[in-house]
Amino acid sequence: MRVALHAEWTKQRTVAGTAWLLLGIVVCTVGMSALAATAGGPDPAKVGLAGVVLGQAVVAVLAVGSVGGEYGTGMIRVTLAAVPRRWVVLCAKGTVVAGLTLAAGTLAVLGSVAAAGLSLDGPVLRAAVGSVLYLGLVALLSLGVAVLVRDAASAIGVVLGLLYLFPIVAALVSDPDWFRRLQQIAPMTAGLAVQATVDVASQPLAPWAGLGVLAAWAAGALLVGGTALRLRDA
Amino acid sequence: MTATVTPYRSALTPGRDGFAGLVRAEWTKFRTVRGWVVGMLVAVAVTVLVGMLGPAGSHVVCSGPNGEKCGSNRPPAGPDGTAVHDSFYFVHRPLAGDGGITVRVSALAGAEPWAKAGVLVKDGTKPGAPYAAVMVTGGHGVRMQHNFTADTAGPASSAPFQWLRLTRAGDTLTGYASVDGERWTTVAVVDLAGLPSTVQAGLFVTSPAHVETNRTFGGASGSGGPTTATATFDRVGVDGSWRGGWTGTAIGGEDRGSFSSDGGFTVRGSGDIAPVVPGQGEIGKRIEDSLVGVFAGLIAVLVVATMFVTGEYRRGLIRTTLTAAPRRGRLLAAKAVVIGSVAFVTGVVAAALSVPLVGMVERGVGFFVYPVSAWTELRLIAGTGLLFAVAAVLALAVGALLRRGAGTVTAVVVAVVLPYLVAVASVLAEGPADWLLRLTPAAGFAVQQSMPEYEQVAASYTPADGYFPLSPLGGLVVTGVYTAVALTLAVVTLRRRDA
Repeated sequence: MRVALHAEWTKQRTVAGTAWLLLGIVVCTVGMSALAATAGGPDPAKVGLAGVVLGQAVVAVLAVGSVGGEYGTGMIRVTLAAVPRRWVVLCAKGTVVAGLTLAAGTLAVLGSVAAAGLSLDGPVLRAAVGSVLYLGLVALLSLGVAVLVRDAASAIGVVLGLLYLFPIVAALVSDPDWFRRLQQIAPMTAGLAVQATVDVASQPLAPWAGLGVLAAWAAGALLVGGTALRLRDA
Repeated sequence: MTATVTPYRSALTPGRDGFAGLVRAEWTKFRTVRGWVVGMLVAVAVTVLVGMLGPAGSHVVCSGPNGEKCGSNRPPAGPDGTAVHDSFYFVHRPLAGDGGITVRVSALAGAEPWAKAGVLVKDGTKPGAPYAAVMVTGGHGVRMQHNFTADTAGPASSAPFQWLRLTRAGDTLTGYASVDGERWTTVAVVDLAGLPSTVQAGLFVTSPAHVETNRTFGGASGSGGPTTATATFDRVGVDGSWRGGWTGTAIGGEDRGSFSSDGGFTVRGSGDIAPVVPGQGEIGKRIEDSLVGVFAGLIAVLVVATMFVTGEYRRGLIRTTLTAAPRRGRLLAAKAVVIGSVAFVTGVVAAALSVPLVGMVERGVGFFVYPVSAWTELRLIAGTGLLFAVAAVLALAVGALLRRGAGTVTAVVVAVVLPYLVAVASVLAEGPADWLLRLTPAAGFAVQQSMPEYEQVAASYTPADGYFPLSPLGGLVVTGVYTAVALTLAVVTLRRRDA
């Protein structure tokens, strides 16, 4: 496992795009948060951390790229020849991608908090920590989808569809029960429940339970993707 | 002595490198990659299926006070088929042939700016029947309105217009207003074709429901309720052949009204005479609600359009392509023509299937579907095709710039879909949300707006309610400008760069 981890870390570290994507996560998140904070809204923490909605797209590119890139160039065959145990490869990739995302996400969220002028205590601290974890879980979800779909462009389409489509469809469901249900099962709206600091009781989900829903999505994607990786020829 | 050697010349006839040949080559590439064709079919399928998810995931509980089914959910239709509100208190007499009525509205009490009191001529008392009216309003001066959607503002004046006159001559109705009852100003002349010789004419008062909308994350909740307005009419004068006595009728079943007469009239009314403006929380469905799946379909189209160019880079095919067609601007143009046309057809087919199929599900569940003209329906379907085409070419151009599939799809989806999402279902206030839909490529979604905004109806016209800040064509032009800029950049970059 340590060898596999080291190999994945070396690959990720030496690919030219990684540094730019990590920078992108921070810049996009902080930039959009700052813009949203000047626009204002009812929940200051939610508005001040709104950049996560954009930052997660860059996170998805990073995670999908770590698998899609290998399939695109044929590198995956070398990887699997070196580390034949496929679950180990997936775990190593997950650890590296999630670790990088958490690191960049922490910077991004701290930057957003500073840009929005929030003070880190109580519910706001929970919203900030939750947002970092949210980004990490989006990375794992993207990784699982990428292993399943194998093509980077299609995988990113699926991930962004999962994240962005649910809220748009939910907005058109007139039945309040279904609206709530859709918001409870959608990875993005459920996960971002962790950012709510005002009127928490009226949210479709309790903050940490919402993050749990996203974690279930990520675990499901990794499980299905990992099984496909295990059963399929590369 | 050196012998002259004739250089080798291929005996094959040189291939034509016309633009048509290029388009044909690109079309051959597109149709022979199974994944891309499947991707476009998937786009059609998800557009329809996601569209069905909304109504299928809703149920309408409705029964009237006497157990009748959904009666109150179906607003009456105006003369041109528009769904309308038509409830007011009407104090009327039959008027045979030509004639006129002159009144002075000495007081109008009621806080609503669009409370209305004045004189009205209507083809009977059935809700939705053609009418013309000249009125004073709570906060918008003198107006002349007819057949629900038409509205003309009267002249501005420092002294309030209290005198109103409405005359009928054949199909022509003329509204006048006056400050003092002596010098009259024409407000408007309208033509009500097909008005019968005997009409109901008289005084009316109405006052729309008060609405306050609170926006929260992912939704809005409205509060408010019906209001009433009371108007005092003194000095009612009629000319022409008026029959019978004054009768008070609550048109449209609105029973908050009443009238009393002692020389003049005091009339109390509630309701509205105006087109229905659907917004969030309405029971009815607009035609664009059946096109919500367009977002899902669009993502699939963007993925295919991206791969149409990044796939060539990944496989190295781009070098063959550029050897065969060295003029790079023309190559990109041919690619844009092919992917744009394919995306247009995909969008038109997806929308043309979604509108009737999702509409069927909506009606099956029990929703009222707001009627629109065939022209509007056609505009929405063709507009969806154009939006797909413009977005696909944008993806193509960005793909040629970035050469990476994942990055391109992300950039384009974030540029096209995310602003819409943030504007309609998110944390922002109304002003910034409007600007997002003016300035970003998401402006093109304005092609989906089927209902117009009415100046004379106070309602929440926000993106979340389905009202865009730009016109359908204007929105498409904004997205088109982004595409044109990206395509130009792509051509310049492709010319300068090695493949």
